Amino acid sequence: MKIHEYQAKQMFARYGVPIPRGYPAMTVAEAESSATKLSQETGGSVVVIKAQIHAGGRGKGGGVKVVRMKPGGSEVRDVAQAILGMQLVTHQTGPEGQKVRRLYVEQGLDIARELYLGAVVDRDKRRIALMASTEGGVEIEKVAAETPEKILTVHVDPAVGFAAFQARDLAFALGVGARETLGKFVKLMSALYEVVTREDCSLCEINPLVVTKGNDVVALDAKINLDDAAEFRHPEWRELEDKDEEDAVELEAKAVGLNYVSLDGNVGCLVNGAGLAMATMDIIKHFGAGHGVAPANFLDVGGGANQEQVTKAFKIILKSPKVKAIFVNIFGGIMKCDVVASGVVAAAKDLGLRVPLVVRLEGTNVELGRKILEESGLAIQAASTMADGAEKLVRAIGGAK
Amino acid sequence: MSVVVGDKTRLMVQGITGSAGGFHARQMVEYGTQVVSGVTPGRGGEKFEAGSASVPVFDTVAQAVKATGANATCIFVPPPGAADAILEAFDAGLPLVVCITEGIPVIDMLRVRRALEGLKGSTRLIGPNCPGIITPGGKTSGKVGCKIGIMPGHIHAPGHVGVVSRSGTLTYEAVGQLSALGVGQSTCIGIGGDPVGGMDFVDVLELFQADPDTHGVILIGEIGGGAEERAAMFIHEKMDKPVAAFIAGTTAPPGKRMGHAGAIIAGGKGTAAEKIRALEAAGARVAPNPSAMASTLVGMMKKG
Repeated sequence: MKIHEYQAKQMFARYGVPIPRGYPAMTVAEAESSATKLSQETGGSVVVIKAQIHAGGRGKGGGVKVVRMKPGGSEVRDVAQAILGMQLVTHQTGPEGQKVRRLYVEQGLDIARELYLGAVVDRDKRRIALMASTEGGVEIEKVAAETPEKILTVHVDPAVGFAAFQARDLAFALGVGARETLGKFVKLMSALYEVVTREDCSLCEINPLVVTKGNDVVALDAKINLDDAAEFRHPEWRELEDKDEEDAVELEAKAVGLNYVSLDGNVGCLVNGAGLAMATMDIIKHFGAGHGVAPANFLDVGGGANQEQVTKAFKIILKSPKVKAIFVNIFGGIMKCDVVASGVVAAAKDLGLRVPLVVRLEGTNVELGRKILEESGLAIQAASTMADGAEKLVRAIGGAK
Repeated sequence: MSVVVGDKTRLMVQGITGSAGGFHARQMVEYGTQVVSGVTPGRGGEKFEAGSASVPVFDTVAQAVKATGANATCIFVPPPGAADAILEAFDAGLPLVVCITEGIPVIDMLRVRRALEGLKGSTRLIGPNCPGIITPGGKTSGKVGCKIGIMPGHIHAPGHVGVVSRSGTLTYEAVGQLSALGVGQSTCIGIGGDPVGGMDFVDVLELFQADPDTHGVILIGEIGGGAEERAAMFIHEKMDKPVAAFIAGTTAPPGKRMGHAGAIIAGGKGTAAEKIRALEAAGARVAPNPSAMASTLVGMMKKG
């Protein structure tokens, strides 16, 4: 689960990671009053207005502006008006961009240096990796690809926890080992590790981390992804969710316990198991390439889905206007084929079946499942293997043109 | 012969009184697995009925081991308590821990993994978020099977192909293809779809390479992480048995989690193309599509 920058910064503040003073704003008026409040609190006349969307690269896309306020001026209003509601396009949003519905108004700082800090689970080392670089403020993926030696990494032994010497190693390598900044940097790193472990972050990034002209070390940006699996021990996460940032169909599927990812193609897929669902996408693309046939979604109904969940899943696929054919691919283990068949039939009876349906059933209760489908009177093309199914789909969509 | 499990396996089921644990405990008994005890804290002293077997339930893993001589455990405990259940099994000294549970937070698994490293090889962990491990048996072979996990037993047949996979249903797919071609399996191991877990491909390939009863291997990987690349290195350096592979997620978009917590292309790393390249360079043959996993291996074995 992704959260907004201002929410990540509020999390930082609770653990003692220094952040600039700032306030979220949902309207232009709120942005103006926040800016006025900030200038009173800090004595400064510079604020930064930042679009809040779940994607990086906002500055380049025009979603972050530094504003110098003049007494009685309309600078903040003008900028807030321009950003709020804009369709912000960044390298992470796709060409259609993401609508800006929230702003963050923040105190401007006198920046001396920009650095990068990140924390991820290094799955190959089975440790949390804390990464730092002198190349702050730019795309870190680019740094990693072009100059990997500029990224410094320390791994944390969970039995020991993060140690101050590890932070000092990074501090000296980054050139913030001077007396004025060393202690502040070490304290920030330890706080960051606490955020990652106690808040169940799967990713935590500060890009840039800045050293101010006054030698303060401050998180100027904040990006946090939370580990969905840990939701059970974080009831407060519900408040952080921003439904406007999510795909509506993916949310609908998630609400009934289904794993759904929207894709660009035209074949709706209903599959049990994540690996088989991915392989189903692959085989459709394998046989469909050159014929304009590609998967419209990834959908894993899981191992223990009941008939209602299958019905819901099939309805989600039926409702999609881009779907020109449907592929049901089930290898029943715990999931019984008759349960899937009954769910498919119930959904098709309810909403009607207007596109070709190819079904491949195998495994537990397969005979019962096939019987239910046959007796339903639905126009179903039975496939003997995944490859056979994919080929039938290509013919079905080709013939429907 | 087979690897890890066989007729000496005495299984305990943690979470045996839950619906999933109970259902699969019965399935395992039916397949021929010796299920000797169950554990559910607070339900000690009860009996769990599984067909002809009456399985005693204990409050703690240590009690169950002491009373019943269990030497393996299968964990169905829900995510909030699952990591703790694994640690309890480690502490009781069980040499084999299979965790089926899906959805354990990765921070919890980092601690479990650290504890496992402290055991220095005396315990094997399979999973979490996996179908488990099976050494197929069958009436015609006269061989008693051992199934620890949730895979459908009836699709398997005893034989000489080892299967190792990060995905549950794709394992069934491969096994179904093998059995349909009349090719049996020595042992099938699902190592699970989470970013941090127990045995990885290399651990399992080592066992298959050393097992005289395993003549060829199907390896099923997916996008995310570097486990397939490490497997390729091992195949290149240490294996002389044929390995056919399949990598799921060739068409997965970057940054999107494909069901499994571990199946995600992040920062341009962990793509299917990289993994396929590494495996082929190591001498494994990668099936062009998921319907051709078994036929790819069988083709290699005929030539060999």
